[in-house]
Amino acid sequence: MADLFSSRGLRRWLPWLLLVAAGLILPVLLPPFRLNLLGRFLSLGIVALGIDLIWGFTGMLSLGQGIFFALGGYALGMYLQLDSLEPGQLPEFFSLYGVTTLPGFWQPFNSPLFTFFAIWVIPALVAGVLGYLVFRNRIKGVYFSILTQAALLVFFNFFNGQQKLINGTNGLKTDTARIFGALVGSDAMQRNLFWLTLALVVLSWLLCRWLTSGRFGDALVAIRDDEPRLRFTGYNPTAYKTLVFAVAGAMAGVSGALYTVQSGIISPQFMAVPFSIEMVIWVAVGGRGTLIGAVLGAVVINYAKSLVSEQLPETWLFIQGGLFLLVVTALPDGIVGWWRAGGPGRIQAMVGWPPVAPTYPALDLDPQVLAEQRQLESRPLSAGSASATTPQQPPAGEP
Amino acid sequence: MDLLYDTLFNGLAIGSVLVLAALGLAVVFGLMGVINMAHGELMMLGAYTTFVVQNIFKASLPDALFPIYILVAIPLAFLVSGLVGLLLEKTVIRRLYGRPLETLLATWGVSLILQQFVRSVSSAFALGLVLAVVLGLLAPRFTPRAWWQKRWTPLLAVGRWIVAGGLGIALASVLGSVRSLDQPWFSARNIDVTAPTWLRGSIELGGVTMPTARLFIIALTALALVGVTWFLQKSAWGIRIRAVTQNRSMSDCLGIPTETVDALTFLIGSGLAGVAGVAVTLLGSVGPNLGGNYIVDCFMVVVLGGVGKLAGTVLAALGIGVLSYIVGSGSLLLVWPAMPAVLNELISFFATTSMAKVLVFAIIVVFLQFRPAGLFPQKGRLVEA
Repeated sequence: MADLFSSRGLRRWLPWLLLVAAGLILPVLLPPFRLNLLGRFLSLGIVALGIDLIWGFTGMLSLGQGIFFALGGYALGMYLQLDSLEPGQLPEFFSLYGVTTLPGFWQPFNSPLFTFFAIWVIPALVAGVLGYLVFRNRIKGVYFSILTQAALLVFFNFFNGQQKLINGTNGLKTDTARIFGALVGSDAMQRNLFWLTLALVVLSWLLCRWLTSGRFGDALVAIRDDEPRLRFTGYNPTAYKTLVFAVAGAMAGVSGALYTVQSGIISPQFMAVPFSIEMVIWVAVGGRGTLIGAVLGAVVINYAKSLVSEQLPETWLFIQGGLFLLVVTALPDGIVGWWRAGGPGRIQAMVGWPPVAPTYPALDLDPQVLAEQRQLESRPLSAGSASATTPQQPPAGEP
Repeated sequence: MDLLYDTLFNGLAIGSVLVLAALGLAVVFGLMGVINMAHGELMMLGAYTTFVVQNIFKASLPDALFPIYILVAIPLAFLVSGLVGLLLEKTVIRRLYGRPLETLLATWGVSLILQQFVRSVSSAFALGLVLAVVLGLLAPRFTPRAWWQKRWTPLLAVGRWIVAGGLGIALASVLGSVRSLDQPWFSARNIDVTAPTWLRGSIELGGVTMPTARLFIIALTALALVGVTWFLQKSAWGIRIRAVTQNRSMSDCLGIPTETVDALTFLIGSGLAGVAGVAVTLLGSVGPNLGGNYIVDCFMVVVLGGVGKLAGTVLAALGIGVLSYIVGSGSLLLVWPAMPAVLNELISFFATTSMAKVLVFAIIVVFLQFRPAGLFPQKGRLVEA
């Protein structure tokens, strides 16, 4: 039995099996409303993964991921607005502002292929250009954070103020649009979107894991820990930072598009300042620098938010503010980081059951050593000297 | 000519509010390097202090005294915001010196709490909060001393706050059933401060009408600027603050109490936010979200001006004010009526307050490409700023 659970094959495949099982069972188990919520929060996990990539691994705290999130959402929203029209018609809101011809930048969104690329290429390009301008001047740390926030405000004001171009503060609705002939807001469609989201979260996780392992990942961590040293070693941090910021932007775009179709609307509110800082706290609570922590943080905190807001709406800001304080002062590595650093063991030790600390795991699991241990325990202590009867153990540290 | 004066005055008026709001931030961020995202909420506390002072004057003091309530509100707002800032420094920020990104997140959390606090504070809520804090602080007194040297003491240290918080919530909800105690003090609605009559008129000067409230704000800003400059340049504590800013460890070696200096700097910076809050109440109704409208602008002012330079802050704020007014009012169209149609369209495109912000911020970002350290950069030979 013990062999089954410690066998490496199962340990590797078990999480995936559980994931697939969850993907199949949850749509049956949860009512459509809850499933839709879970799908939304999972899609937020993708933007959280991007933030983890640039903040947890590279040390750049962006407070402007909402830009890329909303750009992705708008790209898909515009396509859906156009797709559900008869030829020659305009989206309904245009008539309110007396616009009679479709603005030029809407035209390409008639094409599904263009939209498919626009969802992630446009945010990536915007992030790349913005990042390059900032990183080229070696602006970093809090200045980078403030500048991203300012950029966020610029985009927010622009989208919020342009009724005639993009329906301003009202945003674009996607619920009543049709995709492949089915209503986007319908239960069946939402279930498909849930599966799509789940698949894309896994893909993004794999992408992030691939990026953060190996040389590229080492360079990112080096930028976080000591950028001047990396530069003096002959690397160009600007290129790495720009690239990783663009990747995070693309992920935010995908996340925004998925969130939009599942929540039914995209509006400038997704570019509001608080929402982008909220994204950071998902990663911080889950555990920055741990990929799974980012996804978990996004899902758990948002689920908690929706539950608390249903019951006691006025307490949520207190809880959220408290989370910011708690995570910064007491849990700097987040929940997953705390868990991996042996946090539960420390709590156990405090209440009086210290966990058995394996000093040399390879040694402790060696069958021969285990056999000798059993032999020793079964023998009364007084009988003879132990060193004479047991063979010499290998010195610690050698294989 | 009139247009020029008009533009200058209005730009100055917008800019002076920005100067006042950013001044405290320039002190805290510029001198201490602390990112205080709760700065806007400290302004909001100043505004609410003004509201309370006004109500006290209206309700329980003779009518003849009402016109001067705003003069009483200014020092009080300074005190309230300053003390809240001091508390913030002593409890949270002190642990985070040298970790600016963490400070940013923590103070954002504080700002959320302050916002919601103003919305939902009622007598029952306040009493529950007081009970929780008192119980939490006194817990070590009323428990056996031996408990505090055990292996599980860290759990107790956390647990006492959970228990104290629970008891506080219980008290608050019991008291909340009494209707008069459950009434929120401010609620989530915006509040209106009535300006005294002498701040409601306007003065005609050289063909330009200047609202007195605006003039008052400009005067207040000038006064605050002079005060802060005098304090930093001439007073003994100001010199200590500058010494700590320049070289913390050396100042420490020379016997300057750096912790007191930190606390004092933070108190002053926060207090200035409170004064800015008083000024903001004269411009219109204010609400719990007041801070969010100012915080990003304030940071842009400080970054554009050059961190640690008050002169840069002033120049940047006034520059942003004038530029925003010129763009936002579209007054270029009046100066040059016969401009090409393309340019005309472009200017009218940006001629709203929010679109002016878009353009001004874009200009700032471009400007920072050429002068990354702002208008007045710190001189030095460090590789890393």
